[in-house]
Amino acid sequence: MIRMGLKDELQQEVAGQAQDRMTLSVGPHHPATHGVLRLVLELEGETIVKATPEHGFLHTGIEKTAEHLTWQQAITVLDRMDYLSPLSNNLGYSLAVEKLLGIEVPPKAVWTRVLLAELQRISSHLVYFGTGGVDVGAMTPIFLAFDIREMILDIFEEVAGSRLHQSYFRIGGLQQDLPANFNEIMRNFIKKFPERLEELKSLILENPIFIDRTKGIGKLSPEEAIAHGLTGPNLRASGVPYDVRKAFPYCDYDKFDFEVPVGQNGDCYDRMVVRMREIEESFKIVQQAFEGMPEGPFRCEDRKISLPPKAEVKQSMEALIHHFKLVSYGFDVPPGEVYQAVESARGEFAVYVVSMGTNKPWRVRVRPPSFYAVHALPAMLKNCQIADMVVVIAAADPVFGEVDR
Amino acid sequence: MEALAVAAKSFVVINAVLVAFAYILLFERKILGWMQYRKGPNRVGPWGLLQPIADAVKMFLKEDIIPKDADRLVFQLAPIVSLAVALTAFAFVPIGPGLAVVKDADAGMLALMAVLSLEVYGVALGGWASQSKYALMGALRSTAQLISYELAMGMTVLAVFIMAGSTRFDAIVASQEGLWNIVRMPLAFLLFFIAMLAETARTPFDLPESESELVAGYHTEYSGMRFGMFFMAEYVNLVTATALITLLFLGGWLGPAFLPGWVWFLLKQSLVIFLFIWIRATLPRFRYDRLMAFGWKVMLPLAALNLVVYATWAALA
Repeated sequence: MIRMGLKDELQQEVAGQAQDRMTLSVGPHHPATHGVLRLVLELEGETIVKATPEHGFLHTGIEKTAEHLTWQQAITVLDRMDYLSPLSNNLGYSLAVEKLLGIEVPPKAVWTRVLLAELQRISSHLVYFGTGGVDVGAMTPIFLAFDIREMILDIFEEVAGSRLHQSYFRIGGLQQDLPANFNEIMRNFIKKFPERLEELKSLILENPIFIDRTKGIGKLSPEEAIAHGLTGPNLRASGVPYDVRKAFPYCDYDKFDFEVPVGQNGDCYDRMVVRMREIEESFKIVQQAFEGMPEGPFRCEDRKISLPPKAEVKQSMEALIHHFKLVSYGFDVPPGEVYQAVESARGEFAVYVVSMGTNKPWRVRVRPPSFYAVHALPAMLKNCQIADMVVVIAAADPVFGEVDR
Repeated sequence: MEALAVAAKSFVVINAVLVAFAYILLFERKILGWMQYRKGPNRVGPWGLLQPIADAVKMFLKEDIIPKDADRLVFQLAPIVSLAVALTAFAFVPIGPGLAVVKDADAGMLALMAVLSLEVYGVALGGWASQSKYALMGALRSTAQLISYELAMGMTVLAVFIMAGSTRFDAIVASQEGLWNIVRMPLAFLLFFIAMLAETARTPFDLPESESELVAGYHTEYSGMRFGMFFMAEYVNLVTATALITLLFLGGWLGPAFLPGWVWFLLKQSLVIFLFIWIRATLPRFRYDRLMAFGWKVMLPLAALNLVVYATWAALA
């Protein structure tokens, strides 16, 4: 279907040449397209008359692959979709399957999930500010942002053993318990973070050239934003206070005290401001989750779903059988279908899972928020300058691993 | 005999400038690293001192790609024009009393400006010959930018000429004895500084090579040493531009006598280069239309006003 659209595009190119228009194909290997987006721009001078996005260059067949893996194994491939916030992918999928299984996750696991998911949101938004800065021509923000992100990745490394694709949330709880030095590293992070963030903030949001480049660019009205199916910060920048964490609370989010920042103009500047304030709100949640972290088991005690402790395996025959069964076959999930949405860094990330009662998912369908952001680009780019294109793409924050899956 | 002397001098100066280019680049990378919580180049040689040599070797070993549809002759000529013009312009710059390739040129500053404005040719031809839309748009932008900011620059320099009563560099420097032009005409300094940032395509006016939207602007299709020549031209221009700021506004080689004049000159110039780098670490890039509007609607009127004020002052004094 997209291909057909491009054919029309070519015909228009021929027609456009008669009107002194230039067609510029940006991407998929253009440095500013954040991954592998191709945009066919129709230009009149430097003004964009029409933009047509094409994606699919990063199609990895993740949804299909998941159908061939056991329920627990599928987590590791779903990790690779939104590679800037893999924990949100983990979270949406785990919650969906847990809903199908009808199991309760112990409170410590729930609060750890909230804490790490919010850290992940912060780290994802930091990448946003770093790369957004480079796109506008400022080279320093990326180093500051990645330096702060480094602290968060270090926490992930301590907790999950991996920095980018943690696969740490498992069906039934967490992959392993929190490390012994968790309190120490978190305290260190909480102490250093606000000051470092302030530095980054002053370099970006208070810089007159930055404001000039982003204010009034790529405007979307609330109606347009809703019509395009935008969610997350992109929607909230247009002034619609929709947040899955507030609207359909999951993971005890209703017990946390945080605000949903909302913009007014729906331009690129508001998208950035909303994300910056979201970082601050997420930091509040992180602090609350850290201080109120309950004690107890880190995964559900149901031996049919989560692995028995290694010590027990060496003692008890039953535990050994459970261990063997879980590792080789996995577990069956009762037939049914379930839709579970979570608020990822990019918006409403949802997983629709269908089970036929076997040890593998029959269908895993993902609703990636970036997909809608990419398809709102033509509306945002209309009548923009070609230099704004880069800013608009950066402010919409698409991740192509997620768009193409 | 005199021609031979000039040739020898040129040879020495060209090599000196190219070495200076390499180490200014290193200086810039080190300072940027320092401002960005990283170390900058530190692998090749002690403190990364041999990094420029490694870079040069890399440049020479890269494949020299000429696009299929490119106009071969012009494509190959453009970087040479660029670098040759940049080096020629530097020939007029004295770094101490009489320390220039073209010694004590009458109208030295005028000649320099004339040569500097040829810089547009390298850029425009390179972008045009590449047969690439990105390069073409980059070249158009650069051409427009360079020409617009040259006007403001020319106007400001006129005010300096009036105050000095001469277009010779030694006279301009001599006129600042006691009171540097930066104090006498602060607005002109500001305008000239901005114009120089734009002339050398430095942040926030680095649109010609704006990496993000036009890939790399006019030199998108260049690789290997041809790209290196554009790059060198840019930094030689940076040397010339900072030298001009020093000469016209910071009293050139004037300074307490315990150091020779050329040392003072280089110190001041290094300070200006540091300012350029600092700006690069801090600011994002202007949008193209804002840049043009700023050049024509802010810079040019202010430069004209500046000229009128100092012309009146000179007439009354």
